[in-house]
Order: sequence, then C-alpha cells, then structure tokens
Amino acid sequence: MNRPETDPHFEYLLRLGDSSLILGQRLAEWCGKAPILEEELALMNIGLDLIGQARLLLSHAGQVEGRGRDEDRLAFFRDVQEWRNLLLVEQENGDFAKTMARQFLFDTFQGLQYRELAASADSTLAEIAVKSLKEAEYHQRHSRNWMLRMGDGTEESHTRLQKALDELWGYVPELFEMDEVDQAMIAAGIGIDTNALRAEWDSRVREVLSEATLTVPDVGWAVSGSRKGQHTEHLGYLLAEMQFLPRAYPDARW
Amino acid sequence: MTDKAPLHELPLFEVFIRSKNGLHHRHVGSLHAADAEMALTAARDVYTRRSEGVSIWVVRTKDITASSPEDRGPFFDPNEDKMYRHPTFYDLPDEVGHM
Repeated sequence: MNRPETDPHFEYLLRLGDSSLILGQRLAEWCGKAPILEEELALMNIGLDLIGQARLLLSHAGQVEGRGRDEDRLAFFRDVQEWRNLLLVEQENGDFAKTMARQFLFDTFQGLQYRELAASADSTLAEIAVKSLKEAEYHQRHSRNWMLRMGDGTEESHTRLQKALDELWGYVPELFEMDEVDQAMIAAGIGIDTNALRAEWDSRVREVLSEATLTVPDVGWAVSGSRKGQHTEHLGYLLAEMQFLPRAYPDARW
Repeated sequence: MTDKAPLHELPLFEVFIRSKNGLHHRHVGSLHAADAEMALTAARDVYTRRSEGVSIWVVRTKDITASSPEDRGPFFDPNEDKMYRHPTFYDLPDEVGHM
C-alpha cells in the first residue's frame, strides 16, 4: 500500500533505483552459469552497471527522504510490498532467450528514460542519468544484437525467443503507466512523461523484432501493480537470496 | 580441449586493442563469437573492462595467414649476419633525442 505521507520525490527515485537493482541481481544469478565465457562477462558487466546505477539512485533517494536510510538500508531492509521495481525486471531468468528478451525490452525503455531524465530539475538525478545513458546505450546494442541473432538464427533459438517474448509481453504496458507520483514529478520538472516515450519505444522494438523475423506478441493480458508494491511471486525469492546476509549478520564486514 | 570442435561451436576471433591514441593495436587474446559485430562487443566486455583500450580490432582467426615453424630457416636466419641493416653506425645529433 502507498502510504499517503510518502514523498513523491523519494518514491520516484525508489522506482528508478529498484528496477536497476533487481535486474542487476537477476543478471548476477547467471554468474558461473552463462552459456559461454564471453557472455558471462557481458552479463556481469551489464549487471554491475545496473547495480552501480541503483547505488547512486538509492543513495540519493535516502538523502531526499531524510530519515537516515542509506543505499544498503534501502536495498537490504525492505520487504516485497515496499519495492517499486517494474514487474518485468523481477521475472525469472528462464533460458538465455528469456533473459535477453527481458533485457531488450527493458534496455530500450531505460535508454529513452535516461535520455529524458538528463534534463531533470533534480541536478543529482540529471547527473546520474547522463552517466548511466552511456551504459544503457551499450546495453541496448548488446541485447539488440542477441535479439537479431537468436530471432533470425536457428529454428530452436527463434522458437525459444518468440516464446520468451510471449511470456513477457504482458508486463510491457506497466513501463508506460503513470500515477499521481509521476504527475507530481512532471509538474516539479523532476520526472518525465513516460507515456510520451511509448511511440518511440514501440517503433524501436518493432523494428528489431521485424528484422529478427519475430512476431509482436498479441497476448491479451497485462498486469501491473509495482507502483503500489504489488509484485509477482518471483520477487520474494529474489529478495530472500539478496537480503539474507545483511539480515542474518547485520554487522557483517568484508 | 578436444581435436574435434563440436559443430555448434562459435568461430574464433583474434582481438587487438589500442591502449591509447598514438600507440598501435596489440594482440591481446582471442574469443568465440557468432560474427564480427558480436566479437567486437564481446572483446569490449572481455578485454577492456578495466579501461585497457580506446579502439578494438577483431579478425577471424582463420583469416590470418601465419608463417610456419619450417619457414624459420629461410625466413629469418639469413638476417643474422647482416649487421649493416642495423642503424648502429651513425652518430645522432643530440637534438634528435631518442629514436
């Protein structure tokens, strides 16, 4: 539940930071298990980029909130209902095709998001966006490359990738959803109108899918809820693993 | 490593990195990738993650023509007694500095 006293600025930063952190954690799950060494390093680089972005965003969120919570406090001591990441990024890795499909859908979105946030009236957020945009551009190139090669690759890679897209497509509309927090942040010049990015996202994604001989899914369902802390069943397991150590040993040090 | 590479194994590429402008590309290693573009991004991820480079070349290993060990005699041995090819007999003016 959204507590009425929640500061929209804090909430807004939390949404951005949480999506990066959860997707970074998902990619880290590939460590030691990626299909080839080259791709293992790529996935870890991208995951660490995302975790780096999350650290900056959550630190900033903690400062905006002003209750003494730092990045670690926010990352390790919140339960499922307090997380604001997009449902798309918490979806399980599945096979490599599903991981890449999830990545491609998100990378395309995040790149547009950072491009717009670079003009934010929150100068810290604008700086984070400028720095992260370069990373996001590389992530897009990487996941786009895989979409083209798997989609237009073998029969098996094509089938797997199409299935992955079909499974994930219902989480896409949430990317462009907006509520009173977004409206307040747009009014303050801090946030961006994600709805206005939809057409560009659509055309970029459709262009790649078409070149990759993939079909734009028509799944007839869509879920959302992350803005209110309503998540799919997968997030709890992810948090249990990610948060175990600092919760079991609160003063643990390297 | 077996002699028989599985059919589904990706082609091998050699990677060359220029560490900074003005220096030439140096061979740093190799990797497997589906094609040249993927080799380029893989090289970026494998070989430049600690800021090792400003430019990358990749080339299919099979496209490199290499001299063979049997070439060593005719290729390299005849140079050994031709000291006059080494520019060690000139007095360089101090202004030239290191060459």
